[in-house]
Amino acid sequence: MLKRKIQELMTEPGCAVNTAKSAGERKKGCGKKLVPGAAAGGCAFDGAKIALQPITDVVHLVHGPIACEGNSWDSRNAWSTGPTLYRLGFTTDMDNLDIIHGGEKKLYKAIRKAIARHSPPAVFVYQTCVGALIGDDVEAVCKAATERMGVPVIPVNAPGFVGSKNLGNRLAGEALFEHVIGTVEPDDVGPTDINILGEYNVCGELDQFRPLLARLGIRLRASITGDARFADVAACHTARVNMVLCSQALVTLARKMKEKYGIPYFEGSFYGISDTSDALRAIAGLLVERGADPTLIDRTEALIAEQEALAWARIEPYKARLKGKRVLLYTGGVKSWSVIQALQEVGMEVVGSSVRKATASDREKALARLGGDEEKLADAIPPREMYKMFAEGRADMMLSGGRSQFIALKARTPWIDINQERHHGYAAYDGMVALVRQIDLSINNPIWNQVRAPAPWDPQ
Amino acid sequence: MALIVDHKKPLSTCPLKVSAPLGAALAFMGMKGCLPMFHGSQGCTAFALVMMVRHFREAIPLQTTAMNEISTILGGMDQVEEGLLNIASRAKPEIIGLISTALTETRGEDMSGELKQIRARNKELNDIAVVDVSAPDFAGSLETGWGKAVAAIIRALAVPTGGLAKLHQVNLLPGCHMTPGDIEALKDIIADFGLDVIVLPDLSDSLDGHVADSYVPTTLGGTPVAKVREMGRSKLTIAIGEHMRVSARTLQEKTGVPFVLFDRVTGLEAVDRLMVCLSTVAEIPVPARQRRARSQLVDAMLDGHFYFGGRSFAIAAEPALLWSMGKLVADMGATIAAAVTTQAVPHLAELPAERVIIGDFEDLEDQILEAGGCDLIIANSNGRQAASRLSTPLYRAGFPVFDRLGPAHEVNAGYRGTRDLITRLGNILMECPNHGPISAEHTHGHTPAAAG
Repeated sequence: MLKRKIQELMTEPGCAVNTAKSAGERKKGCGKKLVPGAAAGGCAFDGAKIALQPITDVVHLVHGPIACEGNSWDSRNAWSTGPTLYRLGFTTDMDNLDIIHGGEKKLYKAIRKAIARHSPPAVFVYQTCVGALIGDDVEAVCKAATERMGVPVIPVNAPGFVGSKNLGNRLAGEALFEHVIGTVEPDDVGPTDINILGEYNVCGELDQFRPLLARLGIRLRASITGDARFADVAACHTARVNMVLCSQALVTLARKMKEKYGIPYFEGSFYGISDTSDALRAIAGLLVERGADPTLIDRTEALIAEQEALAWARIEPYKARLKGKRVLLYTGGVKSWSVIQALQEVGMEVVGSSVRKATASDREKALARLGGDEEKLADAIPPREMYKMFAEGRADMMLSGGRSQFIALKARTPWIDINQERHHGYAAYDGMVALVRQIDLSINNPIWNQVRAPAPWDPQ
Repeated sequence: MALIVDHKKPLSTCPLKVSAPLGAALAFMGMKGCLPMFHGSQGCTAFALVMMVRHFREAIPLQTTAMNEISTILGGMDQVEEGLLNIASRAKPEIIGLISTALTETRGEDMSGELKQIRARNKELNDIAVVDVSAPDFAGSLETGWGKAVAAIIRALAVPTGGLAKLHQVNLLPGCHMTPGDIEALKDIIADFGLDVIVLPDLSDSLDGHVADSYVPTTLGGTPVAKVREMGRSKLTIAIGEHMRVSARTLQEKTGVPFVLFDRVTGLEAVDRLMVCLSTVAEIPVPARQRRARSQLVDAMLDGHFYFGGRSFAIAAEPALLWSMGKLVADMGATIAAAVTTQAVPHLAELPAERVIIGDFEDLEDQILEAGGCDLIIANSNGRQAASRLSTPLYRAGFPVFDRLGPAHEVNAGYRGTRDLITRLGNILMECPNHGPISAEHTHGHTPAAAG
């Protein structure tokens, strides 16, 4: 069952990376083999949890030994504008005896206890490696609990060993499609309802573009799953348009919603000024195609013109301070061209950009932005090489994820986090201004002169 | 006298416990040139690594055998072999810690036996010490894994020294509740007595937060393998924390070096015992510097006791830290309104509290409410939600502390460490004069100093 599902997710026809591959390559699927002793990144369970945890009003219960939840709970930066139940960590904390006797009864009792104490609208139950290995049937326990307790108990079957974090994101999408979406019929369906898939409200980023949508009269029915409420996700099949945010993790969900509910979708991004504008245009265009008031298009253009002008005006004062600074952009590379554009616009030189997870067309766009210099596009830079780049002063700063932060910092090089652990929202127009501001604060901080100077007793 | 209570709850809410493999990995962080590897799925490593990175704000070398569906069914020996060889060629470590997880232990893998075969057929591994540790997530907690790793390192690397003369040297086996700052302070104290010391493991040389001169793919410092082999030439082993007893005994059995186990090294009476011990080994009187430090601690107790007397604390921590903190606040005249820990350890029954609950932060919150509130919570950063719901200040201690700078530099050990701890706790108590009963209407006339 799980195997077939994974195969299907791996060969997703709706995925741009996949469709760009040859037929033979596509057949192999997108699962990269993990190399023992040289692997990095989370497991499928981690990915499933990241994708669903931002549903703020439910209990997220992990069926496994302590590591899975004890080592990770409340560590993700997904914000809520309301309920806080999602920030509590729940686990069955399996011990030796559970492994010998099986953990199904314990899980059932745990679900009952969580419902009794917190009265959530739903419980999400996450399978883990150990639960799967000893054959605990999480789906059956959830089914029984749902029937007897009258609260939806949703199984999320993504044990760690089945694959990477990205696969876990996709399996989370499957759980929503099979057990949640379409289970609530809202009484307030409107012609401009949309969903956004793959947005987790990291550092409150939703509120960097939700107000823009509101000004256009567009209602965000559900973000999947940033700042989400269970009932909204359950009712999101009534939206008119789905937008899939970068990383393509939830593109299978979008395709299935299109097939089952007729909701058209597009892939877009709210990172970068031009990308944000393109995304707003695409939303408006699709809504009008589906019967929304045609003036929406003109109103959207007006809003874009206003917001772009405003953003560039706010960025203007930073130009003098950032001109000529060389930056290394080290992310998955998804849509990195749009961030490159913003950095170049303030006069910074992008000396390198990674394109590990980018599609062929994104790669082309990034390359064009970098003046066709292939050498500036890297798949992965080994840590030692990266440290050398900074030590030799070939880059003035790095934008990357937490994993590489100490390579930059220990080489006494400014660094800011643009990954999921980041502490500032960088979405839409406001977010790009915030990013430029953070770059300025980092690169022009007075510490750099002092920390780089040798001690008085050391030779130059 | 405390009653140790374990409700065996089916549902743990807001866990206090972190996993044993993480504790084992943390111990290997105190070995020089080390790169440990979890034998499990890659998430086991990712979670542990991220947690240590957030606590120490340092790069953490930790790898994974990246178990997948097929190796989970067929067995993971090939994964272990490939992982060891990859680490050997890429990072060239002195030592690799190979740590099992719940996944591979549930399968029943014979990691030790397989490791022997792997070593026999790969001469690339000849110059690298590989220490295997069985530390499944489903048994014990951080302390358990730390203790098992240190005992495994001793079992694998310590050697009897035969006829070689004893050196003017002691061994120090710190528990996992000791910060790099604590270890540094103890090294200074021991040096004051003119003794050399081998610390196992030595986090104060690796995770003390410093900037290395070049890129290092392994630990930045720590105990060299060669030093572990010299531990047999010490006069005495000093172990700190009950969870180090097995390691100290193992070392004694292998090398004949006798050990003394200190239940804590925080608090006047406890540090006095340490001083008498060191003075006896070094065969010199307690140095003037330590006598002065003792006098400063006595003074801090005189100045501070006004603010502790009659106040109540809630503590959630691993057993050794709970013991150390609980005894100190009781020494100062405060009471323990709630005590929560991760596993039943017999000597916790001696803690001056009504009950010690084996549980989680939900238990802590319930206990505090039952007691009608408390003045100060001592716990790791995961206590912040409970503290904010109860509008009670939180003093962060233990692991992980990810929302404060410098948890590695906190010092609670020795006379000075105790003096400074009394000062830090006393200052919070001074700022929050009275907790009063907790009720829905109740609000404080101040902002909790450490909550948030």
